[in-house]
Amino acid sequence: MRPSDHPKLPSSEITPESSYLDRRSFLVAAGVIGVGLAGAGKLRAAAAQQGGAQGAPVARGTPFGLQPDDRPTPWEDVTGYNNFYEFGTSKEDPKANAQQFRTRPWTVKVDGLCDKPGDYALEDFLKPAKIEDRIYRMRCVEAWSMVIPWRGIQLKDVIDRAQPRASAKFVELTTLNDPRQMPGQRGGLSFINWPYVEGLRLDEARNPLTMLATGVYGRDLPNQNGAPLRLVVPWKYGFKGVKSIVRIRFAETAPRTAWQVAAPSEYGFFANVNPAVDHPRWSQATERRIGEFRRRPTLPFNGYAEQVASMYAGMDLRRNY
Amino acid sequence: MPPLGGIERQPRGFGVALVLLAAVPAVWYAWAIYSDFVLGTRYLGSDPIKEAEHAYGAWTLRLLLASLVITPMRRLTGWNWLAKHRRTLGLYAFAYGVLHLSVWAILDVQLIIDDLVGWDVVWADLTKRPFITIGMLCLVLMVPLAVTSTKGMIKRLGKTWAKLHRVVYVIAVLGIVHFFMAVKLDIREPGVYALILAVLLGWRVREWRQRASAAAVVSA
Repeated sequence: MRPSDHPKLPSSEITPESSYLDRRSFLVAAGVIGVGLAGAGKLRAAAAQQGGAQGAPVARGTPFGLQPDDRPTPWEDVTGYNNFYEFGTSKEDPKANAQQFRTRPWTVKVDGLCDKPGDYALEDFLKPAKIEDRIYRMRCVEAWSMVIPWRGIQLKDVIDRAQPRASAKFVELTTLNDPRQMPGQRGGLSFINWPYVEGLRLDEARNPLTMLATGVYGRDLPNQNGAPLRLVVPWKYGFKGVKSIVRIRFAETAPRTAWQVAAPSEYGFFANVNPAVDHPRWSQATERRIGEFRRRPTLPFNGYAEQVASMYAGMDLRRNY
Repeated sequence: MPPLGGIERQPRGFGVALVLLAAVPAVWYAWAIYSDFVLGTRYLGSDPIKEAEHAYGAWTLRLLLASLVITPMRRLTGWNWLAKHRRTLGLYAFAYGVLHLSVWAILDVQLIIDDLVGWDVVWADLTKRPFITIGMLCLVLMVPLAVTSTKGMIKRLGKTWAKLHRVVYVIAVLGIVHFFMAVKLDIREPGVYALILAVLLGWRVREWRQRASAAAVVSA
């Protein structure tokens, strides 16, 4: 069964679209008229709300941790402005280079310290879990951000099924390694040690916010967004969201993640969004929301402190960046 | 080397064309930012401010390198009329540098138009982040060169003028270092600029050596 073939969510799971959108449209109109240039970028957000203008889908799903003035980032930006170095280093490369990428058949290997390891066809991997539509904030380490309506499952469901042993403390997730299909993995100019590896502490992976996404804007994930399966951890910088996942491994020690290896002074294992801890080359205190003109303040844990801060109680977040 | 035939005299309208052409990216990106935010177009993609900021920075370096091409080009082709256009290219490089800084400060960091990011933060950026410090230093070093680019100044400064304007080599090197440090890990574009600069500086070193040895022969 393809993810999009799953039965429709009960309507109670979804904020009534009309009321949600009406409120937003009002805010958008007020912004454009009231603030002139400053509010101008919202024109595009308005287009996202009305959707369908050029066949663009309408954002739907349950909002999680959204601020009052957060509105979904337009489809074109979500699917046309991507960091996916396997398909090139510019933001436009993934969309240009990933169109021929084959995501079926697709196998996900679950292994490491667990009692129920296995190789799953994607369809079987997804079948037992509940597919949900959730609207999350996304903050890139490069100080830009989006609001994205994801579709997917909770990683927790996958973990529970695999039955990790008591010794398992971490989850490692790995992207496909296929230089024939992924031009970014070819040639000597690669500064990342392929395949791309990411990891979470087991409690982070089990947090109800942590998703494995199969879709965006109610559609199957476009290839450039990490089809057919990608990680979404909304309180961490976007690079934690490993794409096109082929392996989920339980481990006793923290995996060495791709960016940690590539630039250890700049990227840590935790990568929690934190306005108080700067990147060595830029401040993380503020961000630009794609499609908006004004900068926004960056929120601790990207606005999800209530749900996740307790996991880091007593940790020095300046050292564990 | 004998001059390449053809255009030993300046083609008509060359100066005006150069002035207009070099202004095209400046005007285009300014218009595109306005259009993307106010008219809802997508000329500069998803992050128009970053796009324009980077473009102005890249054009600063391109025009700086172009100004350094003039002298070797004259020697190779004999087109000595190119000499007077070095000033146009140099001044445009400075103008693009100012645009680059302005987009960064006013549209990206949003000083002046907003108080979300304060002057204290920008001061911290300038002093604590080496790549920003170096970029700023480049622009500051360009100021005396721009100020002394007039005919009057060239005359008044005499030999000092040529010495002063050798600072352009320092600016070019630092500008490319700034670019290297600003990009994450993909160093292809600054790499190309570095290569071009290496060729241009290498040519000059060879030239100076030859002149020095010729002078040695004469004095002996």
